[in-house]
Amino acid sequence: MMDFIIANAPALLIAVPMLGAFALPLVGRLGDTGRNGWVLGVALITFVIAALLAWTVLSGGPVVYTFGAASPADALPADSGGIPIRIVFTVDAMSAFMAVFAAFVGLVTCLYSVASERRSSGKDGYYALMLLLLVGILGMVATGDLFNFFVFLEINSLAGAALVAYRIDKGVSVEAGLKYGFLSTLAGLMVLYAIALLYGQYDSLNMAVIASRMDYTMLDKVALALFVAGLALKAGAVPLHFWTPDAYSMAPGAVTAFLVVASQAGLYGLFRILFSVYGLTLSYVTVGWAVIILGVLSMFVGVTMAIPQKDVKRLMAYHAVSQSGYMLLGVGVGLVVLGDAAAMDAFGRTAMEGGIFHIVNHAMYKGLLFLTAGAIFLQTGTRNLNKLGGLGHSMKWTMLFFIIGALAIAGIPPFNGFASKLMIYESVFAFSPVIAVIAMVVSILTLASFVKVFHAIFMGPAQPRHADAGEVPLPMLVAMGALALLTILMGIFPEQIVSAVIAPAADALIDQGAYVATVFGGL
Amino acid sequence: MIADTLVTGFGAWNPIAWVIAFAVALLLAWLIGRRGEPDLPGDGESGKPYLSGNDEPSPEETHIGGSNLYWGFTEAMKGYYARVVPLHTGCLTDYVLWFLGTFALLFLFIGVI
Repeated sequence: MMDFIIANAPALLIAVPMLGAFALPLVGRLGDTGRNGWVLGVALITFVIAALLAWTVLSGGPVVYTFGAASPADALPADSGGIPIRIVFTVDAMSAFMAVFAAFVGLVTCLYSVASERRSSGKDGYYALMLLLLVGILGMVATGDLFNFFVFLEINSLAGAALVAYRIDKGVSVEAGLKYGFLSTLAGLMVLYAIALLYGQYDSLNMAVIASRMDYTMLDKVALALFVAGLALKAGAVPLHFWTPDAYSMAPGAVTAFLVVASQAGLYGLFRILFSVYGLTLSYVTVGWAVIILGVLSMFVGVTMAIPQKDVKRLMAYHAVSQSGYMLLGVGVGLVVLGDAAAMDAFGRTAMEGGIFHIVNHAMYKGLLFLTAGAIFLQTGTRNLNKLGGLGHSMKWTMLFFIIGALAIAGIPPFNGFASKLMIYESVFAFSPVIAVIAMVVSILTLASFVKVFHAIFMGPAQPRHADAGEVPLPMLVAMGALALLTILMGIFPEQIVSAVIAPAADALIDQGAYVATVFGGL
Repeated sequence: MIADTLVTGFGAWNPIAWVIAFAVALLLAWLIGRRGEPDLPGDGESGKPYLSGNDEPSPEETHIGGSNLYWGFTEAMKGYYARVVPLHTGCLTDYVLWFLGTFALLFLFIGVI
């Protein structure tokens, strides 16, 4: 049984949450307990499958899974002329790393929802959409087929847009969902155009095949610009970030925490296209600088727009934009020196590792912060910082989790945000001291704005208008506690995380030859 | 090894050493705190802030809200905010224009340069 699961883990990674989602209208008839058990069971099994897949990849190398083939490893049928003609999942260390943390955040947000959505109606649809969002994210990070990537991107976008609008608040959430859905679809359309341009030239949708034939023609450059613009919008990079404060602030707390991961799947797609599909054929210095500029803009505009916000979730949304900038910066520096082995060894690899490490760290602490914001809204009915205050008297656990998340996002030791930011600061300083200083200033401003949030929400005398606001139910505390614990552990043991998971993920991106060889049976 | 050090290529960071130093600092703070006055009543008149003989304001009035902090920062940066905040119009068509403009710039950057 275990061998079967491990052998078919890439397919089960998608099939299990998809089956879980489609069965929900039926399972919902069992009542709340049955539905909750089903959703948590599906999310837990998906996480276990992702963990098994990651273990397989990290211990035995990349996994190729061909749908519809007699043997899943048979990516090249004998009569295909050496071309992969089916949908092929290509799971390397980068894919596996993304899948594990996405599945974990999916599990945590479902657990949180069990309590936070307990008084709401329409829970069958809510959980079905949560699981479909998980399907979209996992599919994006696991597939090695460009059109398949687009399909999962659309599943990701549509499920996310529906979830943003799911809890109607005087039409505002519907407007936010519409914006998110429209812009995500626009991004998806641009990605589809780019895929069509590549398919028209190289007669294949398989990333490895296209990578092996890439000529970097003018059409390839057009496709690359479409990919970068579309996926940067999905990731919420400045100046394509405008949807984030609307969508993140109007979605329920658990959904917002998960939407962060959905956006990071867009970042993954961008990195995969840049490194694995285009690789050394592209003008890596020019494109790398484009990514760095997007990163620096995201860092600075995100944090400065966060400072004057009065809505706690809008403030956090702008910080999500700002933190995405660090990831773009780290990986962008790696891209600029992709063809320079000495510079790559000196600082490029560390910068990429820092950027990739920051992806998972951000998913943990920003997920935690959005869950605390959801808890505060659930208990007080407001997100307005001017109407909150004194909650430290009655919501001590939530306050503790908020402090952990806030210190982590500000890059304060020993929390996980510090470790990845330290790697980015020092490696980027070797590349450009000015950019490194900007990154540090952004961290200081991040701390300043979270001091404001902490003071406004938790400090001061207990407010009579929030006299009924007690601590949130246990499942919500457990969900926040799980993310808080990881935020601490990943900060205290960064070297273990980097050497075991992050370095292989960075190597998988850097080594385009290994990615191509994986599909063609070279490994 | 538990006390492993994160090597960045230019420096190193050992979180265990930091945690131990932080724990020592907390211990010192606790020891200093213990030397404070133990029998100060926390309620009644002695527990209230002394505001030059004026009545204590209500909790809503004493709490400093989110908008009051960093006024100096936003005031100093008002030239920046006056340009950046209006860009966030909330209008979907504007956002699409930004997308198209960014794509055009990226195309010039990637395709021409």
